[in-house]
Amino acid sequence: MTIRASKLWLGYGVAMAWFFVLLWPLLGIKAEGLEFAESISIWLKVAVAAAILLGLHQLKQGGLFRFLEKPTQAASAAADALAARVPRWLALCAVAACALAFPMLTERYAHDVAISVLVYIILGLGLNVVVGLAGLLDLGYIAFFGVGAYTYALLSVHFELSFWLCLPIAACFSAIAGCIIGYPTLRMRGDYLAIVTLGFGEIVRIVINNWMSLTNGPNGVLGIKSPGAYWFKDGSFEHIWLNSLEQLYYIILGLAMLTIVAVYRLNYSRIGRAFEAVREDQTAAELMGVNTLRLKLLAYAMGAVFGGIAGTFFAARMKFVSPESFTFIESAMVLAMVVLGGMGSIPGVILGSLALIALPEVFRGFEMYRMFVFGGVMAVMMIFRPKGLWPAKRMGARSEERD
Amino acid sequence: MEFLLQQLVNGITLGGVYALVALGYTMVYGIIQLINFAHGEIYAAGGYMGVILISWLFAQGYPPAICLGAALLLAMGYCALLAMAVEKVAYKPLRHSSRLSVLLSALGMSIFLQNGLMLTQGVYDRAYPGEMVQGGFEVAGAVVSYMQVIIVSVTIVLLLALNLLVFKTRIGKAMRATAQDKTMSALVGINSSRIISLTFAIGAALACAAGIMVGLYYGSVRYDMGFVPGIKAFSAAVLGGIGNITGAMIGGLLIGMIEVFAAGYISSEYKDVFAFIILIAVLYFMPTGIMGENVDDTRV
Repeated sequence: MTIRASKLWLGYGVAMAWFFVLLWPLLGIKAEGLEFAESISIWLKVAVAAAILLGLHQLKQGGLFRFLEKPTQAASAAADALAARVPRWLALCAVAACALAFPMLTERYAHDVAISVLVYIILGLGLNVVVGLAGLLDLGYIAFFGVGAYTYALLSVHFELSFWLCLPIAACFSAIAGCIIGYPTLRMRGDYLAIVTLGFGEIVRIVINNWMSLTNGPNGVLGIKSPGAYWFKDGSFEHIWLNSLEQLYYIILGLAMLTIVAVYRLNYSRIGRAFEAVREDQTAAELMGVNTLRLKLLAYAMGAVFGGIAGTFFAARMKFVSPESFTFIESAMVLAMVVLGGMGSIPGVILGSLALIALPEVFRGFEMYRMFVFGGVMAVMMIFRPKGLWPAKRMGARSEERD
Repeated sequence: MEFLLQQLVNGITLGGVYALVALGYTMVYGIIQLINFAHGEIYAAGGYMGVILISWLFAQGYPPAICLGAALLLAMGYCALLAMAVEKVAYKPLRHSSRLSVLLSALGMSIFLQNGLMLTQGVYDRAYPGEMVQGGFEVAGAVVSYMQVIIVSVTIVLLLALNLLVFKTRIGKAMRATAQDKTMSALVGINSSRIISLTFAIGAALACAAGIMVGLYYGSVRYDMGFVPGIKAFSAAVLGGIGNITGAMIGGLLIGMIEVFAAGYISSEYKDVFAFIILIAVLYFMPTGIMGENVDDTRV
């Protein structure tokens, strides 16, 4: 064994002993007496898994898997070549066709999951504008979702305004909320910004929770109308409510596609590039004539608009809103999607939403462990793959990468 | 008048707790210029360790005073180890990455720990055994419970001990040196990575004491109890001037007072909002806080 390898295993031993010291008191000390069985069984599982991973890592370092390198490289090159031959529009059309045909091929339950995935895709893409493009960490993003949802809920219940009219109104309200939240935070960077947005998110939730006369407090708002539409029937146009999950699926699919196109266009626009400049180096961007204050405000407002749209749909779909849907955990969830998928990358965010919303539905028994696993994955991702599962492509090369 | 006095007593109690938690934020920030997002979870873990150890010791038939003292010390040790583990996993490998990555990994760690507590300890409140410390006395019409006396005295002892450690010992000197300039302090032979670990451990021990006392004060703990006090304590650290130890103590006391008085005289439903508003106002109008030094571009 080399010195390096023995050091690695020594570290493993210390880490496992440490882990046991942290784990056992939580599970083993009971008022009735001390127990070891449960904590040791969990500890053994973790220790064995870690040992296997470490062993594989060592073997890889030692070159045992070198014989695999050539075939995998060849396979990935072949796959790349195939992907390059299929035109981009064809691939996109295939995805769109799958999305359109989805409700016809699946059950009610799958529609339900698909709707949540699409709502989170809109949220993720909106947050992506703020975090991924402009590099402003926003931990209170779900507040805009709440503003959108409550705007529609109240307008629908009190004034019976239609969903389609409320969509732009809610988007405007959210944008205003975004500016209000954005303005005092503009002078801050990094972690201060994160904690202030967190505070703002909580303020919005507390206000919704306590403003009984407007929002009915923790009891929520009931009786929100579904989106309506005029449909040709029996020779005349008739007003119908789009109640069924299938109809709602198509509405949210349309909204999600709109968002994807909007964010895609934004990515390659002047403003998008200015966002990236602010993210990479604010001082340099300012020197190049980018108005950083206005852009940051714009980033907040844009992110908020998508949050508001998603919120409006959420209220219409649930027919009920309450402050419980807008807690910090939801913000963290949306952030986890963006981070997991890859900051600034549209397919990444979609992948992230699928992973975070659809996967737990598949493994229903592990519902409890969802946030636990995602928290851990988020921390580990930052070490091993900080760019996410599907990293964003940079436009052009950076000066230090060119040579 | 009696009401005012009563609020004053409650405010000092709460302020002491916030000061203890705020110290962890401010010390870590002073040394690596990052917010320790998992700090609130360490506080919650401390509260749980308190329940677990006190229940066990109580069941063994030890008198309450010994239960309390032993549980406090053991739990503080546990939380110090936990925080060091968090530092090793979420901060150390990322020392040269962008601030956003470190922030996200710390946030992930915080979610991980919070849910870990939920999985091992259950979703519901967990009560402290019986009434550990009962009764109180009256001063000019204001009721002071013995629990409040214990909280304030433990806080004072811990704060004094910390001041001694930071300002009078060699370790404290090394910590201050590392906070001022990591490269230079490394050149004169200070192991900065060990000092950073130690800073996390000390901050965690203080937060743990705060968690236990809050648990005793309210009678129960919950897995997500660290979230809101975490933000408030951070506000306290910012109010006092982040990176400044005396500032964090003053800030904690002020935030506790403001919260209690706002709840008493303005609105108890919105009491959580005031701390956030103060945080935002301080960052906007006075980013250096009360005791802070000049803040350079990288901090704000």
